[in-house]
Amino acid sequence: MPDVCVAPPAAYLHVRDTLLRAAVWSATLLVGAVFAWLLADLLGQGAARIDWSFLTSAPRNAGRSGGIAPILVSTLVVVVVAIAVAAPLGLATAVLLAEVVRRGGRTERLIGLSLDVLAGIPSIVFGLFGNAFFCIWLGLGFSILAGGLTLACMVLPILIRTAESGLRMVPNDWRFGAAALGLSRAATLWQILIPAAAPALLAGLMLGIGRAMAETAALVFTSGYVDRMPSSLWDSGRAISVHIYDLSMNVAGGDQSAYASALVLIVLLIMINSAAIWLADILLVRRIKMI
Amino acid sequence: MSRLDRDTRLLWSLSASAVLASGLLLLIVLFLAAESWPALSRVGIQAFFFGKGWHPTEGAFDLTPMLVASLATSTLAMAVAVPFGVASALFQRFYAPVLFGQIYLWIIVLLAGTPSVVLGLWGLTTIVPLILWLAPPGTSLIAGSLILSLMIMPTVALTTDAALAALPQSHWAGAAALGLSREATIINVILPSARASIFAGSILALARALGETMVVLMVSGNVVQVPTSLFDPVRTLTANIALEMAYATGDHRSSLFVSGLALAGLVLILAIAARRSGGHVVHA
Repeated sequence: MPDVCVAPPAAYLHVRDTLLRAAVWSATLLVGAVFAWLLADLLGQGAARIDWSFLTSAPRNAGRSGGIAPILVSTLVVVVVAIAVAAPLGLATAVLLAEVVRRGGRTERLIGLSLDVLAGIPSIVFGLFGNAFFCIWLGLGFSILAGGLTLACMVLPILIRTAESGLRMVPNDWRFGAAALGLSRAATLWQILIPAAAPALLAGLMLGIGRAMAETAALVFTSGYVDRMPSSLWDSGRAISVHIYDLSMNVAGGDQSAYASALVLIVLLIMINSAAIWLADILLVRRIKMI
Repeated sequence: MSRLDRDTRLLWSLSASAVLASGLLLLIVLFLAAESWPALSRVGIQAFFFGKGWHPTEGAFDLTPMLVASLATSTLAMAVAVPFGVASALFQRFYAPVLFGQIYLWIIVLLAGTPSVVLGLWGLTTIVPLILWLAPPGTSLIAGSLILSLMIMPTVALTTDAALAALPQSHWAGAAALGLSREATIINVILPSARASIFAGSILALARALGETMVVLMVSGNVVQVPTSLFDPVRTLTANIALEMAYATGDHRSSLFVSGLALAGLVLILAIAARRSGGHVVHA
């Protein structure tokens, strides 16, 4: 009788199963523990420094004491510039990709490829480009405007891809209905497609804002280091992530302020994310009621 | 204004935006190339790989130590991140009680959203002193790799998780009918079916690690040398750009653009490889 026993002995299988289970559980516990450690450090070292005056006063003594008010303002303005430039451009490109060009056609593949490449470029390389193009070639110097425009280039692919997938999720029946009613394509876009895709568009927008806010490397050589309150878009302004970097690397005794700023940044990011989810939910509920 | 006019105008503005958005890449490549050209033409491309050290003010532009450091920190980071990422996804899908799994997923998403400069700050104040206690100077190749792995682990975890979610339930039914244990099903059925996605996620994670600046700049010591041990301080390509861009002029500045171009090329090849492998890719 031929030997057909191909299964390994049961004892081996039992040991293997136990090992895998133990490995999965211990890896997970380790990740959870490291996260708890990170969170404890952020709260433990950062929370003590944070009060109302930390958020509303200027940094003193290279940031060791005082607050982060001008830094928050610079961060906000840089992000607003980035989104104000990237959002309309991104939405228009997304509409073209999702509504006009043929799916899988040459135009779509070409634009898609260039967006994928753009999304893969490291942020420090965006910093190099921003420095050479916006600061020097366009003569903007180290300014909030140059930093914002550099970030706009960085978040553009994210905005386009999220808006495109949002528009593609709108059912085709709605387009047919609009065409049957004799609506122009422009009216269909403004009255039907964009309102219908609004939750996805907003979620993508928030993702872009979050990405822009967390960015450091692209800003060091475009919007610069100056920690005074900016008085115009042509002033240099220090973003909060650059502030954290500077305090931790270049300022002895700046760790506590760095942790406090890091905590502020993370709380801002979480707030933006929650706002995105909340807005998307509200709009979704309204849309379902409409149907 | 008639309907057709409005539609034509809309189409024109959409096309103009799309041309601008996709032309941006061309502009970036053009500017990087133009800024790199002085160094490339005067020093020659082989001087960047077989030169006599990195002494940019004396005209020696050997990028090899930085290239080795970049590859070493990021491959090591990937080697740590992939098992943890895959284990995280397996845990969240197949092991965790529902509530626990939700919390864990929330942790992974938060970790994915943590700015790299914050991870760098944390690494510098907690991990580096621990490594200093083991072997000075603390800021080292291993410190960079560990913090990088923390940064890219969510990418692997979320990509794997998406791949696991896309697998048909019938896999489990079939395995159950054959009397396979949960672990046997994972090893013999689930992981092989999700292999392409796990591979894509890992390559994407490697690309992110190679392109990351802040973490390696803050925790890996920034000494230009080919590392001989895990505890040697190293300087990656990205950190080199960040450190020297502030004061570089002439050929020196131009050589930094060369390293930026090389870095972008390297990362892009990886990104394309990840996309071609045919797995799901999650942007995290």
